Amino acid sequence: MKKESLLQKLFMLYLPISTILIFLLFPFYWTFITSIKPEEELYGPTVTYWPENMTFDSYRKLFGEFNFLQPMFNSFLVATITTLVTLTVSVLAAYAFTRFDFKGKQLFMGLFLTNNMFPHVLLLIPLFAIMRSVNLLYTPTSLVVAYATFTIPFSVWMLTGYLKDLPSSLEEAALIDGANRAKAFIKVILPVLMPSIIATGVYIFIQSWNEYTFAVLFTNEDTRTIPVTLKNLIGQLGVQWDLLTAGGIITIIPVCIMFFFAQKKLIEGMTSGSVKG
Amino acid sequence: MQKKRFNIWPYLLISPALLIVTFVVFLPVLEAIFMSFQNYDLRRPDKIAYIGFQNFAEMFADPIFWLAFKNTVIWVVFGVGLQFFFGFILALLLNQKFIGRGLVRSVSLIPWATPGVLIGLMWKWIYDGNYGVLNDLLMKVGLVDQPIMFLSQTSTAFGSVIVTIIWQGIPFFAIMILAGLQGISQEMYEAADIDGATKLQKLFRITIPSLKNVIFITILLRVIWVANSVDIIHNITGGGPSYSTQTLSVYIFNKANVLDLGYSSSMALFLMFMLAVVAVPYLKNSFKEGTK
Repeated sequence: MKKESLLQKLFMLYLPISTILIFLLFPFYWTFITSIKPEEELYGPTVTYWPENMTFDSYRKLFGEFNFLQPMFNSFLVATITTLVTLTVSVLAAYAFTRFDFKGKQLFMGLFLTNNMFPHVLLLIPLFAIMRSVNLLYTPTSLVVAYATFTIPFSVWMLTGYLKDLPSSLEEAALIDGANRAKAFIKVILPVLMPSIIATGVYIFIQSWNEYTFAVLFTNEDTRTIPVTLKNLIGQLGVQWDLLTAGGIITIIPVCIMFFFAQKKLIEGMTSGSVKG
Repeated sequence: MQKKRFNIWPYLLISPALLIVTFVVFLPVLEAIFMSFQNYDLRRPDKIAYIGFQNFAEMFADPIFWLAFKNTVIWVVFGVGLQFFFGFILALLLNQKFIGRGLVRSVSLIPWATPGVLIGLMWKWIYDGNYGVLNDLLMKVGLVDQPIMFLSQTSTAFGSVIVTIIWQGIPFFAIMILAGLQGISQEMYEAADIDGATKLQKLFRITIPSLKNVIFITILLRVIWVANSVDIIHNITGGGPSYSTQTLSVYIFNKANVLDLGYSSSMALFLMFMLAVVAVPYLKNSFKEGTK
């Protein structure tokens, strides 16, 4: 291969990549410095690109006056239960799809796949009416149920992909040893599959943590999750950008941390199906 | 593997997932179909009754519905199209070797993991007509001398929210395409080098054809997601000014929010039908995948 000159590399690589990166990351930078600017500076005559008088008042206010811990706890509860329930049922289904041949397998797999197509707003309406009639509306349970509509189909799809990549010979050896299927699954498959299960779990958690459309209609003051609370801050205060952006930064920190850890495996799972196809 | 003998295990294993999905997806969809034939308005619960096709007739006569339909098409075509364009460029760049590539790769994915509400708020603040940073930058560079009210005038509002959805979708395209790029065998490029192919020729003759599948599936997935997305528009403009940024999903959501469930169900069914028309090739493809 020809050696590229430094100048060529600058224009073909470094310059475009910096431009795209700045475009992608600037909004986060801006959100962060907005959250640490005092009010006079936020709504002053000149826009400053680094706060002249840094302050963490907005964070203090958020937790003090606005009790931001409550929605954080609600979000955490809903996301955790959704993740656990989804993972349990999806691992079982994915195992069946990859290790057994059975009548109707195509049909059942198809049912899970078509699920991804239903618009959230389509499911939102009847689910709202159903939750209302069974008195589940405004409980965390209603959100867990609603989130299952998109987390289960997606997880079954991801985990089926991961399991397909594990050779059947792995557990066949254990089966010959006289272990039964359940034992072979727990002793052999589960440990190898764990990183993939965690990656799928992270994805489900992030999706539930971020979800807004269902959460608006299915929660009230006590059960509100973070996204709804953020939106409601606008209604309560007119617009206080320092508080809003502080809330935003707090929301995204756990997402970023989990994402960085699970990233590699997650990308592998998401891309493998389509790349091989 | 057991042959011929009926085995109950696989059915038992898929039954929990299947039961949940039946109750939370398939039954609600049926319910939505029933609701679309009723004047199901929870503000007047005593008046709920079957009204035949009246909701659909009302929908097709509703100019706001048609505007929302048109907006949905623009939203999807420009949103997904440009996500693809910039995502492709980003993937090509990330496929080259340079210092710090791993870090750049993970950092550039953050927009994709960011909650829609937060995306809405961040960009609303950037576009702000009085204190927004975009206006400040444009004035510093000298492109404009008056701040632009990006979100409150019909001529700029829709463009502004489309830029936001593009921003959100670039990373997803980039990772999918990057994975595809890494799957292309290096030998093809070496052979092309021997034949003296130019960079552009290699791009159009080797890279793009090899990525056909990835591109196809990613675009279809994104079309479905973008068409269904509510949170970004809802948090930036709420669909305004004068419905100029209201897509079908947002219109349906707004109607459901005021508890007019019958009418919003009819529109949601229409949206699903439109998506099905687009997604049939995707589903066919997945079925083929399953039989392999």
